[in-house]
Amino acid sequence: MMAVGIVVTLVMGSLPAFKEFGLGFIFSSEWNPTEGRESYGALPFIIGTIVTSILALLMTFPFAFSIALFLGEYFKEGRMASILKSMIDLLAGIPSVVYGLWGFYTIKPLVVEMGLSAQGFGIFTSSFVLAIMIIPYASSLSAEVISMVPSSLKEAAYSLGATRYEVVKNVIIPNAGSGISAGFILAFGRAIGETMAVTMLIGNSNEIPTHLFDIGNTMASLIANQFGEAEGLKYTSLVAMGLLLFVITGILNLLGKMIMNKLRS
Amino acid sequence: MNISNSVSIPTLKWRILKDKLFTLVMVTLAFISALPLISILYQLIKKGYKQVSLSFFTEVAPDTMEAMMAKVNNEIIPGGIANGIVGTLVIVGVASLIAIPLGLICGIYLSETPKGKVAGIVRFVVDLLQGIPSIVLGLIAYIWIVKPVTSGFSALAGSVALSIMMLPSIIRSTEETLKMLPSTLKEAALSLGVPYHKTIIKVLLPTGMSGISTGIILGISRIAGETAPLMLTALGSSVINLDITQPSSAIPLLVWEFYNDPNLINLIWGASLILLLIILVLNLSAKAIAKKWKVQY
Repeated sequence: MMAVGIVVTLVMGSLPAFKEFGLGFIFSSEWNPTEGRESYGALPFIIGTIVTSILALLMTFPFAFSIALFLGEYFKEGRMASILKSMIDLLAGIPSVVYGLWGFYTIKPLVVEMGLSAQGFGIFTSSFVLAIMIIPYASSLSAEVISMVPSSLKEAAYSLGATRYEVVKNVIIPNAGSGISAGFILAFGRAIGETMAVTMLIGNSNEIPTHLFDIGNTMASLIANQFGEAEGLKYTSLVAMGLLLFVITGILNLLGKMIMNKLRS
Repeated sequence: MNISNSVSIPTLKWRILKDKLFTLVMVTLAFISALPLISILYQLIKKGYKQVSLSFFTEVAPDTMEAMMAKVNNEIIPGGIANGIVGTLVIVGVASLIAIPLGLICGIYLSETPKGKVAGIVRFVVDLLQGIPSIVLGLIAYIWIVKPVTSGFSALAGSVALSIMMLPSIIRSTEETLKMLPSTLKEAALSLGVPYHKTIIKVLLPTGMSGISTGIILGISRIAGETAPLMLTALGSSVINLDITQPSSAIPLLVWEFYNDPNLINLIWGASLILLLIILVLNLSAKAIAKKWKVQY
């Protein structure tokens, strides 16, 4: 009931925008709230969202994968594992505003100091913070899948004289690969929907970002920023943006869940 | 035996070295991930602890002018985050009131009918709900509650948004806990002539209480720090507000307000610290409950 309600609400709310701009809403890169010449296109924000999320995913991968191996294979029990596990849990519990603050006061000056960009805001900074935010999501699922790899397979490889690295490379990764990718797909969905930390760090411009340290904007962050004063066409455009966001994250999430459910059963 | 040179076979030494190197890199990377956490905690505690005093909990947030005066006179900024604390309590409380009964019913339903078309659909929807970005839930609550019901921003709208966010965790934990209970328990109750609904309420739910309450607490800790949906719904308020049809503040909203106001910016650390502590306590208690009253059969 609820889900149907959500979909219907979003579709109804965004109809005027789609009626006005058609598919151009998705492909137009102009976001112009000037009265009389109002024109709203989602493209800069779709690109901004996808770029930041993919970057975040790339940055998070080595770390999340290491954690997953650490907890799922190398150190399943023991003090080290429990310390790392509680740290990951804590990382998951930190509210996104706090991540935003940390990004603003710690990462942004760092980016400026390293001479990567003058302002410190932008795609790179927000992706970096996003990458840390999604570590828990990516790693906990992957760890679960890695620990589910049947030990008979691993033992067989060991008995043939394989080193642990070879077991990881030739037994665990091929076996747990789909599950690991499911974990990362779910984490990707998280990154796409993340709002606060991105709003505080991305610089909020309405243009398509041209390079890694350029400022930009994401769909979620745009909604948060502009919703307060939105009316009429702008309001429905923002709702349409919400619908797009819902569809994208919904597809990703269901894909990830489907893979996981298949593995678990 | 002559191994042909066309296939290069790595020596044992090299293989062992590679293995050691890999382990080293993995352990290092895993622990590097903890650095941001330490950095965040350090920053919050270092900058935040000075602001936290009794008045921080009892007074409402100062306005820009007061803060500016205090800053000019080099005093500690007066006031606290009482409006945020009360707001968070009210919003999260109402969200729980909505989500807990609904989540329990869904969870019980799913565990009692593991197969079937409707259960499949419900499960699909729960999966879908779990992935919806919180900002979209804020939009939904705005369209559902702010416009037609309270005709203006309200704490209730915030609660509705957060309750949808909480639901999946409650449903899942209820379903999974109840599934783990041995069927003999249910059969024993039924064979004694206990009606079905009473079996669930008096036998199954109390036995599975620990798992279910863990899910509920984790759900609460997940929503307590949410900011984005509240920006579209509860909006924020400078006074303590107990009326759920009126706009209300919340701790994460206050952090956001402080962040945007150059005169109040020093208060973000104290407010964030409190917020983090609340979430930490919730998480720890969920863990403690799960450990202490673990259902064992």
